[in-house]
Amino acid sequence: MRVEAASDSALFISFADSISLETHRRVVALFHAVEGLRDRYPGIRNLHPAYSSLLIDFDPLQLTHEQLESLVAPLIVESVPSTLRRSGLIEIPVCYDREFAPDLATVAQHSSLTEEQVIATHAEGDYFVYFLGFSPGFAYLGGLDSQLHVPRLVSPRKQVIAGSVGIGGAQTGIYPNASPGGWQLIGRTPLRMFDAATSPPSLLQPGHGVRFRRIDRGEFDRLAGQQQRDR
Amino acid sequence: MIRVIKPGLLTTVQDLGRRGFTHLGVSPGGAADCISFRIANLLVGNDANAAGLEITLLGPTLEFEVAATIGISGYGTSTSLPINEAFGVAAGTTVAVGPLSAGARAYLAIHGGLMVPEVMHSCSTFLPAGIGGFQGRALRAGDELVIGKQTQVGSRKLSPALAASLRLDHGPIRVTASLQSDWFDQETLRRFHEQAFTVTDQSNRSGLRLAGEPILRTNRGDLLTEGIALGAVQVPPDGQPIILFVDQQTTGGYPKIANVIAVDLPRLGQLRPRDEIRVQRVEIPAAIDLLRRQERVLREAFAL
Repeated sequence: MRVEAASDSALFISFADSISLETHRRVVALFHAVEGLRDRYPGIRNLHPAYSSLLIDFDPLQLTHEQLESLVAPLIVESVPSTLRRSGLIEIPVCYDREFAPDLATVAQHSSLTEEQVIATHAEGDYFVYFLGFSPGFAYLGGLDSQLHVPRLVSPRKQVIAGSVGIGGAQTGIYPNASPGGWQLIGRTPLRMFDAATSPPSLLQPGHGVRFRRIDRGEFDRLAGQQQRDR
Repeated sequence: MIRVIKPGLLTTVQDLGRRGFTHLGVSPGGAADCISFRIANLLVGNDANAAGLEITLLGPTLEFEVAATIGISGYGTSTSLPINEAFGVAAGTTVAVGPLSAGARAYLAIHGGLMVPEVMHSCSTFLPAGIGGFQGRALRAGDELVIGKQTQVGSRKLSPALAASLRLDHGPIRVTASLQSDWFDQETLRRFHEQAFTVTDQSNRSGLRLAGEPILRTNRGDLLTEGIALGAVQVPPDGQPIILFVDQQTTGGYPKIANVIAVDLPRLGQLRPRDEIRVQRVEIPAAIDLLRRQERVLREAFAL
């Protein structure tokens, strides 16, 4: 484990230099524990969990690196039982129809599977949220079947529609907002992944388990309409 | 109410930023020069965090339907409007801020603050996701801004001497070491701290892109994506540094050679494309002393 100053206002705690579920469980446990300190220590401003590390942004006029380190040290656990891995299991309906899956053929070709097998493999997976970054509500999901690891697009799309489900290297994820993007798109969810007006604004949180549920176009339209009405 | 006649180049509603959502990928945001922003609000007797306007290079033209007290803070405007001093605007008056004469941003605060809905506990506009501020976007001609409740006006003036001591528009940008400083050899680090960089026109609130002689890392390892602190100086493979700024991405995988110190973050908000900067290495205790001193000057100036 490494504890270092990342800046005059940030402390960085790293458990490893590689990705593993065990390490990530420690990150999520520490993230929740430090969240719990906020009320007592308003100097703690922002938390940035990632694969194997947590960066804590704080107000150096209220806390020192040493004080923060001594607050955090007792919260660090050596291991977290795997049964506690998930702080929640979120089911995400995904329609894999051709219209929403411009890169399904590319993924099938690359993985030497049929398009139907790609869909089945993706939909049957057991995923979890490592962390969120890139844009509001964008979750880096682990757990993608290695057969589906495909390179990103050579040239990113200028605009990816919100709800698009894609694969980029060893990761799969959902674009919460319309944005440029370089992942191979294989489906779309009608769910609103990020809504600034709700609390919490993001459907996915670090440590969540995720399952995809395959839906047809009819159900997609019905759920999309329902989301619209709920606004 | 205030009617926007001309929006200026990029005028947004800001406050001091959004706290507690970076783990959901939401940047801290807020005024790019938080010191000037606080001054503008304090001039008109507002809470330092009240919603006000961030003006970029070319200011807006605003028509005030009601009388108001306003304050402009920044490095300078080219019009005769007072700077660092609250002034009254009669109902029906049009205020044209015009081009800024120095710095990249100025702040216009109105006594009572601007009334916009809070989004994730903040009124700041986050353009990349279109959230917060005035309908999640920069102001346009025809927009109508509502002024908050006006109480008694405790308007103030900041003496030129105090304004100057709070304004750090010269000298190098100071940095501390960061998480991957040792991925660069001594010679490269020396060059990083000696050469001049140009701020490119690719710079914005998300990051300042610098151009200079490439800074190449010696460690060829792969960095696992990790959290990024505000002001981190990332070095992508092309060797042209990027300073992560208020609308920053919250995680990233480029090595960080240094991190701008807190007291110099507001200065980044005043850099214009084609400005030249140098960076100077300092240690963390010195950086925190500078921050404390700045805070003390600001508090004394406004008797906080």
